[in-house]
Amino acid sequence: MQTHKTIIRDLKPKKFGKRDTIWTISLIVIILIGLVAYIDQLITGQEVTNMRDYALWGIYISNFVFFVATSFVGTVTVAILRLTNNSWRTPLVRIAEIISVAAIIMAGITIMIDMARPDRLLNLFIHARLQSPITWDVVIIPTYIVISLLLLYFPLIPDFAILKTHFKKKEPKLSKFYGKLALNWTGSKAQKLLQEKSIRIIAIMIIPVGLLLQTIDAWLFSTTYRIGWDSTNFAPYFISGAFVAGVGALVTLIYIIRKAKRLENYITDYHFDKLGKLLALACLIYLYFNINEYVIPLFTAKKGELVHLETLFTGSYSILFWAVTIIGLIVPIIVLLFKKGRKPNTMFVIGLMVVIGSWWKRFVIVTPTLLHPFLPIQGVPESWRHYFPSLHEWLITFATLAMAFLIITVCVRYLPVIPIQRTIDEMEASEANNKNTES
Amino acid sequence: MEDKNKSSRRKFLDNGLKLGIVSAIGGLGLSKITSKLNASNVDSSGEKMELMTTDGTLIQVDSSEVMEVTHAKEHDKKYNVREGNPNRKFVMVVDLAKCKNALKCQNACNKHHYITGENAWLKVYKMQEEKDTAPYWMPMMCMHCDQPACVTVCPVDATFKRKDGLVLIDNERCIGCRFCMAACPYSTRVFNWGEPGQEVTLNMDMTHHTPSPEHAGMPSIKGTVDKCDFCPHAIDNNELPHCVTSCPNGVFYFGDKYEDTVTNGDETVRLSQLLEDKSGYRLMEGLGTSPSVYYLPPVDRLVDFEDGLKDFKEFESVEPVSPAEKPE
Ligand code: SF4
Ligand code: SF4
Ligand code: SF4
Repeated sequence: MQTHKTIIRDLKPKKFGKRDTIWTISLIVIILIGLVAYIDQLITGQEVTNMRDYALWGIYISNFVFFVATSFVGTVTVAILRLTNNSWRTPLVRIAEIISVAAIIMAGITIMIDMARPDRLLNLFIHARLQSPITWDVVIIPTYIVISLLLLYFPLIPDFAILKTHFKKKEPKLSKFYGKLALNWTGSKAQKLLQEKSIRIIAIMIIPVGLLLQTIDAWLFSTTYRIGWDSTNFAPYFISGAFVAGVGALVTLIYIIRKAKRLENYITDYHFDKLGKLLALACLIYLYFNINEYVIPLFTAKKGELVHLETLFTGSYSILFWAVTIIGLIVPIIVLLFKKGRKPNTMFVIGLMVVIGSWWKRFVIVTPTLLHPFLPIQGVPESWRHYFPSLHEWLITFATLAMAFLIITVCVRYLPVIPIQRTIDEMEASEANNKNTES
Repeated sequence: MEDKNKSSRRKFLDNGLKLGIVSAIGGLGLSKITSKLNASNVDSSGEKMELMTTDGTLIQVDSSEVMEVTHAKEHDKKYNVREGNPNRKFVMVVDLAKCKNALKCQNACNKHHYITGENAWLKVYKMQEEKDTAPYWMPMMCMHCDQPACVTVCPVDATFKRKDGLVLIDNERCIGCRFCMAACPYSTRVFNWGEPGQEVTLNMDMTHHTPSPEHAGMPSIKGTVDKCDFCPHAIDNNELPHCVTSCPNGVFYFGDKYEDTVTNGDETVRLSQLLEDKSGYRLMEGLGTSPSVYYLPPVDRLVDFEDGLKDFKEFESVEPVSPAEKPE
């Protein structure tokens, strides 16, 4: 019984300290600044960006692709960890699901920021045309949002019930809030059975939907004639890239949350070691697809393709290209192969490298291709031949990233980031095991 | 028990269906008969009229049975902007051998479409395939592809293909996602990144008050795409597109593929003959977009090319037309 109390005490959502408050306020400030920039963009038009007729998509789109990729972490953890019943997943899944929810919501918002006429959003439904990949996105993104929300919510129900009783005396308001969310959970056998069944159904559903989401994202590009995009390899390439981005984000955030909430007893070196192996696996698969995408075409590249590859390898995008490949992919693989490389602190640095690499990787996928059309770029101002985001674009993009962090922060504040009920259950199970072996 | 229930229900449904059909047929028959009876009930006036049937035989009818039929007035006039002119297929031929980069086409197109800033729909490219081949000038506009990549990807059907071959944009519907621009392999679309500075509202063709994808003379709309529209407003008036009429060198030919004729204003030629004689081709045929714009190869190119260089500017922004000056 004693252990239960400590578990609940350790894992229950806690009030913000000073540091957390400062963090949250700075996020809100960044969001507000971005909002001002966005309103300006609405009024003056997308002129405020550095996108023009050739670089017609910019960081709004690459940022969107990044968010979509990151949201894949929910699918990965579910597919690999929940369904295979891996025991080390318990303290990690919920954080993964929170990231997933935050990322996919932000993906939906960023794609709207890129639209030059958001006032005509409804046209997407009124005049929807099934053959356009954007329509597929309009269908799949809300679906994924709903499924990941449910996947976050259902396992939370027993924990809400625990928190309801826990906060009953001290904070009746909070207790009421949790009570509402707990939906009369009593923990009876019938309820448990129903809950398990529902989780299982959603867990199975999220896998095809998640894969589809990444695939459609890739098809947004590969349904065009553009060199560098029109690859039949693009969907698996995007899926594996999403695997990397998602697990990278998971590692980084788990480290931060563990530090901030002092969960060292629950998320141990063991978990980081396992996560490190998972990330290494993801990176290796991604490396394979990168070779398929960039090295093999070298052998048969037609003229235009060769120009594109040369820009990446030795041309104007080479620094960025090699930076994301080496920092975001090769170094992590090497470091993660060693046991020492999978310790929490190094893992955090590696995770950060992977996430930042992933973000820029999307930029390298979107921009160079647009600047290499089939016909030469002529009859446009000199500045249209290059693209680097304007201040407005940066401010708005930072705001979207801050918003994702804010969603995660709010979730971490009010939800138990580590499943309480499950931790208790597992503890009891192992205790019972121990007793059995002792007697 | 349950089985019995089911079968009896099925029987009931069956019978019901049969009854329904019978009564429907019966009803039809009845109405036919009554209409016949009614017809014979009308008092015949005794006066006969001679009429000719559609197959040419003369018949006599009682004059009381002759009624005036109101013509479906809408029938011929009803015109769908999204369908276009029936039984036509507009094409253009660009003779690269004649182009001297005079840029009159671009000026005319800009003027009649109130294009400002960097958004020229027609561009003249300075082309050179290899270092050791002679350069030439190549006017580029929308190819009005028969398999348009831009139309395929548009999520809201804002850009559409008409039966007469034109690919047009509904700027009232476009959501500004720019997917069509990414999809177009000819990089021919331009975007209104900001407020299009067309301060020519006075001049604008206000006969067409309702905005329509067909009518030039409506201002461009911020946050939507534009491109060459093959001048449907000119076609409607039986005129040639502005670039065709304005070219001093007769580079552009415009016409109807079904009629197999194209004209540059001075001469009218057989399209198939022209393409065959001068070995016409289409840009990037291999992509399968099947453009409606044909090019005739730039023969004798060097001399003309030098001529054009004096007009060549890397880039020039279009100043808005001053309100006083009305486009002719
Ligand atoms: S040239 Fe481009 S814009 Fe014009 S119809 Fe073809 S794909 Fe569409
Ligand atoms: S920018 Fe407009 S016309 Fe082009 S695909 Fe989007 S909605 Fe369609
Ligand atoms: S056909 Fe009309 S819109 Fe197209 S380039 Fe010529 S003048 Fe401009």
